[in-house]
Amino acid sequence: MRYAILLMGAPYSDQASHSALRFARAVLARGHQLETVFFYHDGVYNAARLAAPPQDEPHLVDGWITLNAEHGVALQVCIAAALRRGLMDEREASRHGKSGYSVEAPFELTGLGQLVDLGLNCDRLVTFAS
Amino acid sequence: MRDEQTPDGDLLVILRHGPHGTSWLREGLDAALVGAAFGREVALLFMGEGVLALLEGQGPGALGQKGTGPTLEMLEMYDIEALYVEGRAMERYGLEQQDLLLETRCLDAAAIAELVDRNALVLTF
Repeated sequence: MRYAILLMGAPYSDQASHSALRFARAVLARGHQLETVFFYHDGVYNAARLAAPPQDEPHLVDGWITLNAEHGVALQVCIAAALRRGLMDEREASRHGKSGYSVEAPFELTGLGQLVDLGLNCDRLVTFAS
Repeated sequence: MRDEQTPDGDLLVILRHGPHGTSWLREGLDAALVGAAFGREVALLFMGEGVLALLEGQGPGALGQKGTGPTLEMLEMYDIEALYVEGRAMERYGLEQQDLLLETRCLDAAAIAELVDRNALVLTF
């Protein structure tokens, strides 16, 4: 089955991100396809490249990056939700005159239209939210 | 399974948060507008606290958050005309259709289940 995940909870604030990552691994372990994880609402903070959790806690951002590296799962971040929360890649940072950037590949900034297409094209879109 | 294989609508957005306090309502409406802008058939269902979004006379921009009233008034421009409210929530908040700023259809639990079934994609905010 072709799955996609919509994640709307902030990392480390509530369970949503941990559960989404565990579900993603379970889906792949069962031999299903996971095409995309879409980050919206507070879920966009999962794309923060500067996240530095204590060493005895799971590193969620690295978890998503590993999922992309090992299984080719696309990591799409809603650009409107990201920008207003201070999350932007190098291109957006320069466009907005910012001295640093907070999102980098494999996370990609994209529009909400992608979420709608994703939801309509995969077999199951599973939402994790606070 | 229903006999009809093809759902009536592409996208049902369920809104369960009021207009102030969080950005859930605004970001949910954004998803609906984008869906409609991309030519999808979009319906909105206001459930629970979400029915408060439709109350008349809300001050836009109060409390620092951008108000959602003007966005709701734009729905028609985006051809989003299928608007539903949860009957139980209307009852709980003591609301009637005349209190709302847009024309809606009031649904009971069975009708809501059918609405969910008839849409290809459901996003809940």
